[in-house]
Amino acid sequence: MSIDKNTVTKIARLARIKVTEDEKEVLTKELSSILTMIAELDKVNTDGVEPLTSVVQMQLFEREDVVTDGAIQEKILINAPEQAAGFFVVPKVVE
Amino acid sequence: MTNLTNHTIASALAGLKKKEFTAVELVDAHIKASEAARHLNCYITETFDTAREQAKAADERYAKGVALPLDGIPIAMKDLFCTEGVQTTAASRILEGFKPPYESTVSGNLKKDGTITLGKANLDEFAMGSSNTTSGYGNVINPWKRKGDNKDLVPGGSSGGSAAAVSARIAMGATGTDTGGSIRQPAAFCGITGIKPTYGRCSRFGIVAFASSLDQAGPFARNTEDCALLLKSMAGWDPKDSTSVNRPVPDYTAQLKAGVKGLKVGVPKEYRIDGTNPEILEMWDKGVQMLKDAGAEIVSVSLPHTAYALQTYYVIAPAECSSNLARYDGVRFGKRVEGDNLIDTYEKTRAAGFGKEVRRRILIGTYVLSAGYYDAYYNKARKVRKLIWQDFVNAYQKCDVLLTPTAPTPAFAIGENTQDPVTMYLNDIFTIPASMAGMPGMSIPVGLSADGLPLGLQLLGKPFDEETMFRVSQTLEDAAQFTAVPSNFVKAA
Repeated sequence: MSIDKNTVTKIARLARIKVTEDEKEVLTKELSSILTMIAELDKVNTDGVEPLTSVVQMQLFEREDVVTDGAIQEKILINAPEQAAGFFVVPKVVE
Repeated sequence: MTNLTNHTIASALAGLKKKEFTAVELVDAHIKASEAARHLNCYITETFDTAREQAKAADERYAKGVALPLDGIPIAMKDLFCTEGVQTTAASRILEGFKPPYESTVSGNLKKDGTITLGKANLDEFAMGSSNTTSGYGNVINPWKRKGDNKDLVPGGSSGGSAAAVSARIAMGATGTDTGGSIRQPAAFCGITGIKPTYGRCSRFGIVAFASSLDQAGPFARNTEDCALLLKSMAGWDPKDSTSVNRPVPDYTAQLKAGVKGLKVGVPKEYRIDGTNPEILEMWDKGVQMLKDAGAEIVSVSLPHTAYALQTYYVIAPAECSSNLARYDGVRFGKRVEGDNLIDTYEKTRAAGFGKEVRRRILIGTYVLSAGYYDAYYNKARKVRKLIWQDFVNAYQKCDVLLTPTAPTPAFAIGENTQDPVTMYLNDIFTIPASMAGMPGMSIPVGLSADGLPLGLQLLGKPFDEETMFRVSQTLEDAAQFTAVPSNFVKAA
């Protein structure tokens, strides 16, 4: 299984990671090598097998539907690269 | 006074209780040792000043007779555990300067029991790696060296700083996390003991997430008993983690000396893989013999889907990682690189903040989850994962624990195994299957290779039966008498 440079461009865009043209060359090779390994899964017969969703066989517990946290605006903003008036600040998204 | 850094946790607790030495002396001895071993790069952030303060408080409690279960024991905290007010990086530049406003449940549990954190231990970036060379803060150096060879070796990964710190006697124990082998493989490479408990045994709350269906916390120490003491403190139900399991935490030290008579130890034939270092296979045979001599019954078992575990892992783990790491966008915390618009800011921030291995895994994860490939890759892998899980369930009908090698080779040199990402991934070939099935596993040092490096064996247990695993581990430990100590952890003057 190998992928081409256009696919790398596409998934890098989906993952929101900027990659340079040179990096795309290297990534095309590396990701193809990983995908070739993964493709061996095709050899396994999984007809009628239910996908495993959790290794823990248990029922989720229920709790009262009450507020257990909150009023920590300052704490939440403490690590923000940029903040103003109690909000996170991002570059303009609406013209 | 003998060197305080040679104590085990159990013997240090006894010494503290008898007032043979104080917690301040114990912590100071480990801080001095840490300073002398800085070239190993075990810590990303040192917290020596806080540690000294906490040691004073511990001594006051000892004086008053109200000491906590692990009071005054100096440990290293993997820098993947959020620690309130103390920088937590996950060894990624994208989290540089991040000071969590909350404490992870596991680090909080240890603190409540009196342990003292000396520093945030280095790791592979976001716990993705098997050699600690993907850290954004420099690689960790293994305190062991090959006989007659001065090359720096890797400590294993991802919890490399934790394992190296315990091995180098600069911490008495450490926390780690294990997603595909990140506690067991570094424990083997550094000649110490490490356990990944059953998935759900420890809370994941406050641990920087990598692959949530696999991540599990566990301790490192220099013997079985110390691991049992630490795990007891770390484990337990936590309403903040819906995958943590609500069942009592046993006293893991209670059954340590119960021996293995009457226990069935399974030896899976599929783990005899071509290309495994012959010394490791020989050590495995020795381990089997040790348990047989101690009265265990050895049974041959089969885990037929073993050969597909690595492939399954490299679909599931990257898929979950690509989703978990979507939160690093330069908006709410961590690094931000300004762009021309919001998307450009995201893309530049993530390009600058993530290292190469993390980026590779995010991209693979994005690919296997993308439209048109979800069934072919992600769902296929989840089905194979079910078969791997079923293999273990079947095997455990015939035996109580499994014995295998931990890693296919001893520690390798920094720079080796880097020609192709898949070569590095093969390091986890023996640890990944149990991770996929959520089973508990541990690594115990049992001997040295011809060139003087520690070799570990892996024990795998039934879900939530860490106690039996500890019993077998103690038996192996008693039989193997592994007393070798790395000699190169203090930088030559």
